[in-house]
Amino acid sequence: MHATSKTFGTTSSTATRGRNYRWRVVDIVVASVIGVASGVIFWAWGLAWSPLSSLLAFAPGLGGLLAGGWLFAGVLGGLIIRKPGAALYTEVIAAVVSMLIGTQWGFATLIWGVLQGLGAEIVLALFFYANFRLGVALLAGAGAGLAVALLDTAISYAALDLGFKTVYFVTAILSGTVLAGLLSWLAVRGLARTGALSRFASGREAMRPARAPQAVR
Amino acid sequence: MSLLTPTIRPSVVARLNPVAKLAVALIVSCSLLLSIDWISAGVALLLEGVLLLWCGLSPRQFWLRTAPVWMAAPLAAITTVMYGQDSGATLWQLGFVSVTEGSLSLGLAIGLRVLAIGLPGVVLLATTDPTDLADGLAQVLRLPARFVLGGLAGLRLVGMFIDDWHSLTLARRARGVGDGGGLGGAVRRFVGPAFALLVISVRRGSKLATAMEARGFGSDEPRTWARLSVFGVRDAVLVGAGCAIAAIAIGVAVWAGTWTFVLA
Amino acid sequence: MSANAQSSTPVKPARITARGWGWRHAGRARPAVSALDLDIAPGERVLLLGSSGAGKSTLVHALAGVLGDEEDGDSTGDLLVDGRRAADARGRVGLVLQDPDSQVVLARIGDDVAFGCENLAVPRAEIWPRVRAALAAVGLDLPLDHPTSALSGGQKQRLALAGVLAMAPGLLLLDEPTANLDPNGVIDVRDAVVRGLDRSGATLIVIEHRVAVWQHVVDRVIVLDPAGGVMADGPTADVLAREGERLSKAGVWVPQVALRAPVRRLRSPVAPELLLRADALSVGRVPFARRTAEVVARDVGLDIRAGLATAVTGPNGAGKSTLALTLSGLLAPAGGTLTAGPALANGIGDQPVRWRSRELLTRIGTVFQDPEHQFLAATVRDDLMIGPRALRLSASEQTARVDELLQRLRLDHLADANPFTLSGGEKRRLSVATVLATRPRLLVLDEPTFGQDSRTWHELVLLLAELLDDGTALVAVTHDEQFVDTLADATVVLPGSLAAGSMVDAS
Ligand SMILES: Nc1ncnc2c1ncn2[C@@H]1O[C@H](COP(=O)(O)OP(=O)(O)OP(=O)(O)O)[C@@H](O)[C@H]1O
Ligand SMILES: Nc1ncnc2c1ncn2[C@@H]1O[C@H](COP(=O)(O)OP(=O)(O)OP(=O)(O)O)[C@@H](O)[C@H]1O
Ligand SMILES: [Mg+2]
Ligand SMILES: [Mg+2]
Repeated sequence: MHATSKTFGTTSSTATRGRNYRWRVVDIVVASVIGVASGVIFWAWGLAWSPLSSLLAFAPGLGGLLAGGWLFAGVLGGLIIRKPGAALYTEVIAAVVSMLIGTQWGFATLIWGVLQGLGAEIVLALFFYANFRLGVALLAGAGAGLAVALLDTAISYAALDLGFKTVYFVTAILSGTVLAGLLSWLAVRGLARTGALSRFASGREAMRPARAPQAVR
Repeated sequence: MSLLTPTIRPSVVARLNPVAKLAVALIVSCSLLLSIDWISAGVALLLEGVLLLWCGLSPRQFWLRTAPVWMAAPLAAITTVMYGQDSGATLWQLGFVSVTEGSLSLGLAIGLRVLAIGLPGVVLLATTDPTDLADGLAQVLRLPARFVLGGLAGLRLVGMFIDDWHSLTLARRARGVGDGGGLGGAVRRFVGPAFALLVISVRRGSKLATAMEARGFGSDEPRTWARLSVFGVRDAVLVGAGCAIAAIAIGVAVWAGTWTFVLA
Repeated sequence: MSANAQSSTPVKPARITARGWGWRHAGRARPAVSALDLDIAPGERVLLLGSSGAGKSTLVHALAGVLGDEEDGDSTGDLLVDGRRAADARGRVGLVLQDPDSQVVLARIGDDVAFGCENLAVPRAEIWPRVRAALAAVGLDLPLDHPTSALSGGQKQRLALAGVLAMAPGLLLLDEPTANLDPNGVIDVRDAVVRGLDRSGATLIVIEHRVAVWQHVVDRVIVLDPAGGVMADGPTADVLAREGERLSKAGVWVPQVALRAPVRRLRSPVAPELLLRADALSVGRVPFARRTAEVVARDVGLDIRAGLATAVTGPNGAGKSTLALTLSGLLAPAGGTLTAGPALANGIGDQPVRWRSRELLTRIGTVFQDPEHQFLAATVRDDLMIGPRALRLSASEQTARVDELLQRLRLDHLADANPFTLSGGEKRRLSVATVLATRPRLLVLDEPTFGQDSRTWHELVLLLAELLDDGTALVAVTHDEQFVDTLADATVVLPGSLAAGSMVDAS
């Protein structure tokens, strides 16, 4: 029936087969959607943070465990979009949105967002934006955790003592690894399964084993 | 109206360029982050209070919007009082918890600082329409249009979360999976739609991107702007006022001798 | 007034060339379009026809350069706009997508219409006159700062059309631009498009299943063959006269060829059982953070009886969809009463809105206006299974029901596809099928026939007629006059004057 289908794949339209680092419009819009949605969660987390941190306050420094709630956006964006700057962009959008709705940290939220995003971004860049497996996701989460630990101990908790700062450092990195790294990785897998990421390499990879679309080639 | 697109009443502040408001909030925040002392935070808060009288938010909206800040300030203060760096006479001690003269004044400073940093940001942005903000970012700050408008589109999609949630629950009810299952069912009924909401918005985002491209968006050719965003004299005055607040706050604190540079 | 009355620079109409062009969507075994050879001269006006799933939308997406890159699918041959690859000619082209819900870009209607003009770098002074003219041309009579989130399906479609009309592009592509419009709106919008073209001289390709509407304003008809290439091509009258019979068999809606109407079994003279009664019913939605509903239609009186079909018609924004959601027990009535008869309630309370989700399933089935709103699973088959599974039917019964529906509604070859990747008509059929799978006593369908070719339309109508004969009741919100003539036993017309008034209250 389809004599033509044999010729599919000998594409006339493809100039480059290499990886394209330019952001498409979909990349921008979907990264923004994820950023904004995460921003709403950041905001809610900010509300829950105050009572939670005063509970944790009985064990000084453990507050770092809560830091991961503001770190996942960058890792999530980076894992889905897979373009340079995606982690930074998503995290910053999320920070800005939570700030728009209103947090107690006001504009500082933006500064935190930039550094947390950079933390994840640098890890992804170290792998040349070519590896997005679980290990890398965990490392990216840890990177974001490290960034926030540095920032918090230097500014927010500048007034507190060294023991507190050490505990805070460790717990923030741990929290980043689990809450930002592991959970984001799981979320991407779930999203990909629904077919919602079909326009992204991250989504197609997950769909590949299903039925062989390449078989026609 | 939804969470992200507030009803904005016409007021002096609402008509100012969003970029100017952004700048003010940024300047004040940064200057206060540099030091922890109750004088600079208190002075800034006082001066901001004067500025916020013109913000044009209804009292109900003002309290609703700023509620997180009002809740956070005392909590932050108390935490610092109990665990902050101790100095001076010890007033009370129990295990880790120690309240000293030094930690008391630190706590006061932190509480005031949360208010002084949080309030202007929240209020200025609550009087800003996201579309105007995007116009300002692209025309005044010359950020790339692709990103600014892509971001705005994403913002609008999430702004529709409440409507989407509504139609999702209707659809699930119509399809026979809307209730039942006891507590486990209730949890699933929250987690299910919450994830579905994310799925739907990602999907919408992909389609919206196509729709935007179908209307000529996304090429590198220059584009025009239907709404002019200008940075006028009033905006400059506002930024000036922001700088003044920052300068006075720091100046008074230095003069009073309470200014302590954090990173030093 | 026309969309580009103020336009100072006349547009250059585009030329289209296809040589052996084809496209296969990633993840699909068969190409959507293949072996296509076409030449469309600048300024020509073309009506693009073809059965549901023939690849019409795919072709216009390709022409607009929005089909994506090699990751989204494989292409063969060449498709050129003005001698350049279509993807590089983006901006020369304005496209109205098939799905009006997904193409609202900005939060206020004025800004949304201006968006396309901005991208084409139209000078600011010229944009706003164009925006006003375009909104007037499509009959969207709302303030420029009206929120785009509070529009009915038809209003969104008008908005999308205004957006491209204002652009006045060299190639205008319209994918079923009038599917959700009321009959007057269809004519108005068509005339607005023609006026715009008369002035700009742009090339037009319009996809529409109903040939009658565009027949006299286009120069040429092209019929896509689902098996590849074109089935017929030429001047409108010629093609319809010469190939009418053959095209009609292939699903094209040819005005001269009458459709065989389904025979409804004769009904008994006694009034059938009462299923649902609406008495002085007012309908509306409760806005966020408010307690009282914003009424969009009031004083609706209705008796819905077993085996009878009721059509609900009225202009765009009249509140038909809101009424449908209320009748199906999804929205609470804003006033008046809605009571279920004993035959429908069958032992539970008589307020449908109080019923539990699973109780609703065998009693009232609802098809939403936007099919995507009700898809829940990742494949067509799984989505159809949801209802039967919730009813806890036996496994064999589940499969039997689902397979029958797949086959009758021509979806069997798509059983493993993701619902969201279907063509417009396929999505509609799937959403109807999901409801039929649980065999409810009352069906509430919102625009059940939009986007259907004549074959699938006929299949759908036959299926519904059978259900009616078996005693199922039907409420259909529709703009499809043929559907009303064929099936409806009673018609309710919503006047739609209320909507404008309540709009003022809202703001
Ligand atoms: N994004 C996609 N991914 C995979 N398959 C797709 C996608 N879009 C369309 N298809 C498939 O390609 C085929 C042609 O679809 P297309 O939308 O072009 O049909 P159409 O002629 O416009 O039909 P209709 O009249 O029902 O709108 C269909 O079988 C459809 O399921
Ligand atoms: N989600 C919504 N939020 C607020 N208002 C809405 C919403 N959906 C519709 N409306 C408004 O309610 C009124 C009735 O809408 P409805 O969708 O019921 O109309 P309709 O008769 O189905 O129109 P159409 O034929 O265009 O589908 C319209 O004026 C519309 O603007
Ligand atoms: Mg189509
Ligand atoms: Mg409707």
